[in-house]
Amino acid sequence: MKKYTNEHEWAELDGDIATVGLSEYAIKELGDITFVELPEIGQSANKDESIAFIESVKAASDIYAPLSGEVVEINEELETAPESLNEDASATWILKIKVSDAGEFDTLLDEAAYNTFIASL
Amino acid sequence: MEELKRTALFDKHKELNARNVGFCGWEMPVSYTGVIKEHYACRNEAALFDISHMGEFFYEGDIANSGINNACTTDFVKLPIGKCKYGFLLNEKGGVIDDLIVYKLDDARLMFVVNAARIDVDFEQIKSHIKSGKFENRSNEVSKIDIQGPKSKELLQKLALFDLGELKFFGFKQSGLLNAPAIISRTGYTGELGYELYVSNDTAPKLWDKLIELGATPAGLGARDVLRLEKGYSLYGHELNEETTPAEAGIDMFVQYDSHDFTGKEALLKQKEQGVSKKIIAFTTNSKRSPRDGFEIYQNGEKIGVVTSGTYSPSVGSGIGLGFVDMNLYDKEANLEIKSERGSMPIYRAKLPFLK
Repeated sequence: MKKYTNEHEWAELDGDIATVGLSEYAIKELGDITFVELPEIGQSANKDESIAFIESVKAASDIYAPLSGEVVEINEELETAPESLNEDASATWILKIKVSDAGEFDTLLDEAAYNTFIASL
Repeated sequence: MEELKRTALFDKHKELNARNVGFCGWEMPVSYTGVIKEHYACRNEAALFDISHMGEFFYEGDIANSGINNACTTDFVKLPIGKCKYGFLLNEKGGVIDDLIVYKLDDARLMFVVNAARIDVDFEQIKSHIKSGKFENRSNEVSKIDIQGPKSKELLQKLALFDLGELKFFGFKQSGLLNAPAIISRTGYTGELGYELYVSNDTAPKLWDKLIELGATPAGLGARDVLRLEKGYSLYGHELNEETTPAEAGIDMFVQYDSHDFTGKEALLKQKEQGVSKKIIAFTTNSKRSPRDGFEIYQNGEKIGVVTSGTYSPSVGSGIGLGFVDMNLYDKEANLEIKSERGSMPIYRAKLPFLK
């Protein structure tokens, strides 16, 4: 089950590994993605800290860690094919985090709450 | 916040699910299906742009003697009827109040096409030169639709009442489209074969639909900005402002120095003698990273300038940009880099246009 942040990341938790991506809404707002700067494996971040960076033709944005922890995997395909995010944002993960506090997942927005949030923007 | 103005095509953009953005006080479409797709539609086929936010002024009177010919860097007396010319409205210091295109409609009539954000300033500035004749701001009555791309001619020909082949670059004709008056101008801001169409607000939605039906792809301001930057064209508020002269922006070849007097001419001539203290440079990132407006330009660890425009260019396959450098600090040979809060990246000098 995907949960969301106010900064438009999504996360799926499997055990203590969170798979992280960006919402369809965020990708649509950014437009055609041209570049994703991925973190190093082993880099750690607290929840809501910048962990990666994304650029489109006309915009740029930080990607924030939806959960605290350590980066254990990055989607290297995005280095050569960042446009796959435009094709299917919800199926295209960006990085995986080994979370230090799985309880943080409960504080994220569920899909209904996220949809209400973006409708208000 | 002031409410954003809408063009006569606003409902059309809504039907097309455009993503809108506030731009110079107008709610304008930034893209419809995606900037890159729209960009390629213009480079390879025909793209359609709503540019109705731009301003149109009309003058009728004695062009040679009313004082209007001293308003701009373009000599309207010399300008042939049926031709338009790109030029500048300058302040006394030679700084650019606006860049504009002026159309010679006939011996006694001119049309000025100006940037949306500068309509009020420009109108007053031009008016201050005029001692006789009628000068009107009809920006709210005129819609402007640009059709640009290699297929624009054959597509528009289906609606045009004359052979579009008659129009040379910067030529135009006062004619008709869809049984309504239209000015068809062989000009544009994309570097492609293309036309700028001036019609009434009533005609605009019908013309928009018809051109889409004939095969044109709607494109937003996002693609327009990429297209103009690939060709190295200046954008007011970025490369041009009241503190910058045409020479500093690298485009004083559009200034008609020899024929007429105009406000700012003295300052420009003086600068020609003394040289410029800042200048636009063009560069690429040679990577997928894009420079952005406001990034700082560094050389040998010292800040020497600032980026004025930047984007990713699908045609070049790299980030591209323009920026001002301080000529007292700039070293023509040394490596360049740009810095933002995310760190620095190298940039590489390029010749304009980025895309030949």
